Amino acid sequence: MKFLRMRPGYGEQLIAEGDVEVAEDEERLVEEFRRQLDQGMWAAVPVETDTGQREATLVQTFEEIPAGTARVIFFPRAAGGAR
Amino acid sequence: MQTAALVATAIVVVALLWETATPWLSRRLELLRGRRHNLVTGIPAYDPGRERRAEQRARELLRSCVNDEEWGMYRDLGFLRVWGGQAAGPEVGWDLGGAPYAYLVYPHKPIVAYLPQTSQLLNEYCVEFPDETRPYGSARLPDSDDVLAKWMALRGDERRLIGEANLHLPGRQVDPRKVQRDLWRLRQWESARITQGSGAGAAASPSAADAGSGDA
Repeated sequence: MKFLRMRPGYGEQLIAEGDVEVAEDEERLVEEFRRQLDQGMWAAVPVETDTGQREATLVQTFEEIPAGTARVIFFPRAAGGAR
Repeated sequence: MQTAALVATAIVVVALLWETATPWLSRRLELLRGRRHNLVTGIPAYDPGRERRAEQRARELLRSCVNDEEWGMYRDLGFLRVWGGQAAGPEVGWDLGGAPYAYLVYPHKPIVAYLPQTSQLLNEYCVEFPDETRPYGSARLPDSDDVLAKWMALRGDERRLIGEANLHLPGRQVDPRKVQRDLWRLRQWESARITQGSGAGAAASPSAADAGSGDA
């Protein structure tokens, strides 16, 4: 599983990578997931439905990430724009 | 007499040189000040190549996440249409009587909600995704990342995104004539795509996409 983060001036950056089947990797990913959310990021998982449609799911805990997910994309949380 | 003429000529030459050199000197001075400021604050100097590379990466990420039709739409028209997923309408308390609604998603501009059947514009939802770490002094994501963030948030949790946005009536930031023109372009694009068969949308654009930026 890869964790990608959108950054101004970069595009996406790979911030963590690991195999969730390996306990050590999973622990590291969980820690990084929490750190990103603590920094105010939203986490989205791109998914493909049974009909082949591409969708996205917002997840708020590591446990919510669907099994078999290849990547999680972190992006800054939404804020109201110009008033 | 000759001396006076030489002095006058010299004065004119100096004056002309001053006029010519002043703007150039000002620009150089501004650049130097900017570089010194960036060095002090640790912000690297502006690099248009970096911005282009970032946008290129963002486009690839967008392409890998959205559906082929949506990617073609963005590539050709410069915006995405995302169908609304709430039964009653974008906001709590609305009742559109079951009519489908959709959003136009532009980079760094408000999301525009509308009724596809009548092309009636409903609202503008002004939303940003500011990255306060500001790695290069700006909190602004590349255009395609901004579009992808909106797409993922609308698909993943429409209510939450709309709840975070500032609501405005149509026309506040996005010119309704431009939106109507974009809706026409979208209809043309879809017709051409259907005519040419699936996957042939690339040449279907009424005009090239100009993913111009504004302020959301």
